[in-house]
Amino acid sequence: MKLEILKELNAERAARRPVIIVTDTANGEQRLVKAKDIAADPLRAELSKQLRMGKSGNVEVAGNKLFLNVYAPTAKLVIIGAVHISQALAPLARSLDYDVTVVDPRTAFASPERFPDVPLVAEWPDVALPPLNVDHYTAFVAVTHDPKIDDPALLHAFDRDCFYIGALGSRKTHAKRAERLRAQGAKDSDIARIHAPIGLDIGAVSPSEIAVAIMAEITAQLRLPPKEKEEAA
Amino acid sequence: MLNRDEDILQAAETWQKQGHGVALATVVETWGSAPRPAGSSLVINDDGTFLGSVSGGCVEGAVVTEALDVIASGQPKMLEFGVADETAWNVGLSCGGTIRVFVEKVG
Repeated sequence: MKLEILKELNAERAARRPVIIVTDTANGEQRLVKAKDIAADPLRAELSKQLRMGKSGNVEVAGNKLFLNVYAPTAKLVIIGAVHISQALAPLARSLDYDVTVVDPRTAFASPERFPDVPLVAEWPDVALPPLNVDHYTAFVAVTHDPKIDDPALLHAFDRDCFYIGALGSRKTHAKRAERLRAQGAKDSDIARIHAPIGLDIGAVSPSEIAVAIMAEITAQLRLPPKEKEEAA
Repeated sequence: MLNRDEDILQAAETWQKQGHGVALATVVETWGSAPRPAGSSLVINDDGTFLGSVSGGCVEGAVVTEALDVIASGQPKMLEFGVADETAWNVGLSCGGTIRVFVEKVG
């Protein structure tokens, strides 16, 4: 591997931007493809598939065997609301390899007794969120049911282009939320990105089942190609 | 995910800057129950110091030896490891899988 490629790889990873290294294993020839350049790449179909799966693998192109090594950032999950659902959601998400943070300004909710081993930030979203470096590789769920906490958090998630944004509440609650967010400057395209009611419709009742529905929806958003994603929703 | 390899690729860059010869070994293919998935890597410097893992310990010693050759020659190599053959005293994978490891020089 050329030193320039290694340096660029390390810089992209430090910035949490996905990269794929393409190696011709017969002669060692190599190139680095940034996620933003995949659409224009001759291997775009193979590259986007491997990146979506977060999996390295081999492809054969014109008789050459190429190894595609995928360097995808660890996905983060930011949970707004240290509520009962979050107590089930946080450990489930961790078992799925997400870096989980729970944010709730209400210290009675955001207590280490209720959330052992989970990073907790007992601050309002305007203070709590900027240091978390919320980015595209972040799933963002707002489950407090309190507009004073959820609304500013959702505006932050729009701004950071999170790959998944979900919010708890019935269709009626969500319609009211949409009105409030619009009044605060959110675009219709932002509001359309919110998954609400949150989670895949699997008839979930208990907090743990709702957590499964949420993680299933986040997984679909992360792994499925765009067309199949529409069908699942 | 693969982020756990972050520090070892950073180490490869640092070693190179310090003037070491450095090689990168990467699992490119696995069959059966392989201990580490494709994309797992090991970095080796010319002292024989290594970081990371391609097999969870079964074949690292052999990979390091080959990596020192690669550092000296500059020519990449493809290594293949299968089931450990105890009677022949070969290194191998006791888990029953087979892996192919691509070893290349850095720089």
